[in-house]
Amino acid sequence: MEAKYPLKPEERVLYALRGLYRQYGYSPFKMGKFEEYDLYVRNKDFLVSDGIITFTDTDGRLMALKPDVTLSIIKNARVTAGCVQKLYYNENVYRVSGSTRCFKEIMQTGLECIGDVGLYNLCEVISLAARSLELIDENYVLDISHMGVVSALVDALGLDADARQGVLSCIAEKNADGVRKLCPDGDIDGILALIASHGPAAQVIPALMPYCDSGAAKAALDELQRVTDALAAEGLDKISLDFSIVNDMNYYNGIVFMGYIDGIPASVLSGGQYDKLMQRMGKSARAVGFAIYMDLLERLGDGERPYDVDTLLLYDDGADVAALARAVRQLTAQGKRVTAQKAVPEKLRYREIVRFDSRQGVLN
Amino acid sequence: MKTMVNVALPKGRLGEKVYGMFAAAGYECPSILEPNRKLIFENEAAGVRYFWVKPSDVAIYVERGAADIGVAGKDILLEYAPEVYELLDLNVGRCRMAVAAKKDFRDNPERTLRVATKFARIARTYYAGLGRDIDIIHLNGSIEIAPILGLSDVIVDIVETGKTLLENDLEPYETIVPISARLIANKASFKFKSAEIEAIQRGLAKEVSL
Repeated sequence: MEAKYPLKPEERVLYALRGLYRQYGYSPFKMGKFEEYDLYVRNKDFLVSDGIITFTDTDGRLMALKPDVTLSIIKNARVTAGCVQKLYYNENVYRVSGSTRCFKEIMQTGLECIGDVGLYNLCEVISLAARSLELIDENYVLDISHMGVVSALVDALGLDADARQGVLSCIAEKNADGVRKLCPDGDIDGILALIASHGPAAQVIPALMPYCDSGAAKAALDELQRVTDALAAEGLDKISLDFSIVNDMNYYNGIVFMGYIDGIPASVLSGGQYDKLMQRMGKSARAVGFAIYMDLLERLGDGERPYDVDTLLLYDDGADVAALARAVRQLTAQGKRVTAQKAVPEKLRYREIVRFDSRQGVLN
Repeated sequence: MKTMVNVALPKGRLGEKVYGMFAAAGYECPSILEPNRKLIFENEAAGVRYFWVKPSDVAIYVERGAADIGVAGKDILLEYAPEVYELLDLNVGRCRMAVAAKKDFRDNPERTLRVATKFARIARTYYAGLGRDIDIIHLNGSIEIAPILGLSDVIVDIVETGKTLLENDLEPYETIVPISARLIANKASFKFKSAEIEAIQRGLAKEVSL
């Protein structure tokens, strides 16, 4: 159907995403607004921000307005051998926003694939992430990183916990000078290559091969190669590798990714494999998923209309109400947006102005 | 149409020095040095648009995408922890973040240390690393006066030459971290203008004197 009244960008995207996820067998997951606070305390570091809005329920339990959806989904996941459970959601979450340090309600859409996750599922989720971005705007980039590659190269430096964290932060900031200062004597060529290389897999993977020729690093790079090959075979060409995505290693492992849209200054999509979080929550299964921050899509300009109404219908105090209502109905039946007013409202943008006369009906 | 890269430069001496590095790297914009009150300057041929902003605001412009890249001091990056890439240490505007106190100051570990500073986050992180309990007093300027009037035990502030401290009978006590100006980039802009931004980064890297 040709949209006569265009949807707002986030509405249009949400509608399209729902269709996409259903096509791939994902079923909707609806959750309550509250969860027990305990769930978040146990996995505090997994949360993007540390502020949580809490309150006491009528029975004295401490509850929280949910700052995250993934933890609730995992809690409710049922794992069957050989199968995966596929869920998508569209929920509001409540977190402290980075720049304002205040609580914000953020609408988040995403999907999770939990269970016996294999290479196929991994590729499917990443491909759905890319296609979700494409539905938002064709001018997108999906950056992929592999925590296995990053952690193997950092482990090889043999640093203590503090310095290790420092090097990881530098990788996230693409801060090569910082790594040089932290490890003045270390063999950091591999880390510098990791920071310097980003772009298509066909360029980046060969550049990293000399530093990932054995053990965990090689296995991780090989997996990355298989995944990017599969995505390239699907014709998804706006995927690039970038190792500055460094999520918390206590929760994430394997592939992690982030999506950007031209014109929106922050990442709109974020996801990855979180097998370690599953283990921590006592589930013997693997999992991968992503979330899209729908509130950022307000920045996209479309949906803006040149006129507030098509017809401004002006009537006098003495106008016959029934006749006026009939005139309005006639105009709306022609598919016009109408507002009946006694005077021209300030700043109203209208396509045409029409006078109403009780005896003669609509006059132009 | 040529892709334009928006560059936020810090107003003041440091900004002028940094502009010199951009110009030497082939991104000049002669109108910028004319004495007037304009804030935005553009060189379409070189693909750059400069604007002057308050030094402490550069990171905000870049984080929110109003500027694609910018130049900000490491002090600002540590304090506000903006979500940006830190691409290059420009090695100009060098100074250090330090703890300073009155010359006769004796630290008493039994008491909560009162710390006056503009840089609350840096101070908090530093003392948390030492396991020290502190009371932060957030000030916006003239920090040096706080220990003199007994408002605080120590201050955490930027020390360049140490002259202001000396004149107020204070001395630097410990260095927290060395500071210099950094080239930063908006994370999304880096994805869509990576060739242009990296060309600037390479050009500037050649101008960095160690």
